[in-house]
Amino acid sequence: MTAGLLIIGASYAGMQLADAARAKGYTGPITLIGDEAAAPYQRPPLSKGLLLGKQTPEGLTIRAPAYFAEQRIQLRLQVRAEAIDRVARRVTLHGGEQLPYEWLVLATGARSRPLPVPGGDLPGAYGLRSLDDALAIDAMARTARRVCVIGGGFIGLETASALRTRGLEVDVVEAGAQLLGRVVPPEVSDYFARLHTEQGVRLHCSAVVEALQPGADGRVAAVLLADGRRLDCDAVVVGIGVLANDELAQAAGLPCAQGVLVDACGRTPDPWILAAGDCARFPNPFGADPAQPLRLESIQAANDLARAAASVIAGRPEPYQAVPWFWSDQYASKLQIAGLGLPGDLRVLRGELEQGRFSLFLLRAGRVVCVHSVNRPAEHLLARKLIESRVQADAAALADPDFALKSLLEPGPAAALPA
Amino acid sequence: MPAIHYLLQDGSTRTIDAPLGRSVMEVAILNNVRGIDAECGGCCSCATCHVYVDEDFIDRLPAPDEMEEELLDGVASERRRGSRLSCQIMVDAALDGLTVQVPASQS
Repeated sequence: MTAGLLIIGASYAGMQLADAARAKGYTGPITLIGDEAAAPYQRPPLSKGLLLGKQTPEGLTIRAPAYFAEQRIQLRLQVRAEAIDRVARRVTLHGGEQLPYEWLVLATGARSRPLPVPGGDLPGAYGLRSLDDALAIDAMARTARRVCVIGGGFIGLETASALRTRGLEVDVVEAGAQLLGRVVPPEVSDYFARLHTEQGVRLHCSAVVEALQPGADGRVAAVLLADGRRLDCDAVVVGIGVLANDELAQAAGLPCAQGVLVDACGRTPDPWILAAGDCARFPNPFGADPAQPLRLESIQAANDLARAAASVIAGRPEPYQAVPWFWSDQYASKLQIAGLGLPGDLRVLRGELEQGRFSLFLLRAGRVVCVHSVNRPAEHLLARKLIESRVQADAAALADPDFALKSLLEPGPAAALPA
Repeated sequence: MPAIHYLLQDGSTRTIDAPLGRSVMEVAILNNVRGIDAECGGCCSCATCHVYVDEDFIDRLPAPDEMEEELLDGVASERRRGSRLSCQIMVDAALDGLTVQVPASQS
């Protein structure tokens, strides 16, 4: 019996890796370890369905318990890996137990970036990453009246949307000039700013948090901004990005750059160690610069890179080359993003911005490289194919609602427009 | 618990006693039914949990909403009258015996 496949991290990448390794024919022992108490669960609903009471914690489970026995995958929860011995090929767990491995996969994910201001860790200030975090916010929302959300990214805005829908007063503080500034063009950002404002959320952009101030009970009672404003609140939710959990890899001497550096198959320079998921940084042919490896926080990237890594373990390497995609649900609006945009890309609007049914196409050198769709799921699916096939597209045609996008994927004159 | 029958790509059938209140997609994923990818985890975003609902059940299900309707236009395999996204079909007692066929491909 070999030492088998040891996977550190039991969320999407780890779970998918175990599953894909079996499906691709790996027959050795598989051990999946996770530091949380819950069996692998879905995370996107934490900031969406769970906070709205539409989903129960039990309903988030990814696999039935019988699955693990059936697939001969040993799932060990509340276990923390503390060190990797690459020479002896074994991992030391908290408490001293040592697990040998033939293959090791780092699927350690990422953690919420802490708010680096005085009072940033006061009671009543929450991050949102895990099921426990979401349950704590849900419990808080039952009694709080006014919540201040710090960070106008996806986590912050989805949380704001859920809390506002539950009737709480919500302030959103964003350091940048725009909501979702790092990930969407101004048209999309403006749309979501209007949506939140219409729902009664108070938005504070270009606002820098200086401190969280406690009340008499020691819990957070106000957010102090650098411009002197004070936002009173009963609780704070912080969503200002994440830090990759790459310390284990760093300590083992593996190259890292805010994420474990791997190739398109998830391989580190150590032939027996791979990485996947939010902790990994990998090359992607659809990045602005394909030579610059990316770290993507999405289920799709986690699953796809995990499948590629599993293909290495199964002995038939297949690199991950998919178009990245993401989505966010806020109120009744669904945003879906395909591809990766840059500020200099040509922007072409298709559909009705005001009505909240549109796709914003980003073109670079005449090719569709990124599409942001709001309540246009079919266009999003097509967009992924348009980006993948690297078709040339005419801006006027894309903007014309009567132009059939599908025709760009068909051989013939429509697909052969000049650049 | 209502029994759901999944007709798989290899011609075999998996029958699963489904807990009430979960979707036909979730029941498939929980029980490792191959051929339902559900890349987005069941929030009606990706159209990779497409199934063909058995003729007898098509009209017993609530009709697809606008979002599902639009996504069904983008499914990878042929769209047929019984095409549904399994993440949008919730298991209830009336669905005992529901048969869904897994399409040839989801992407």
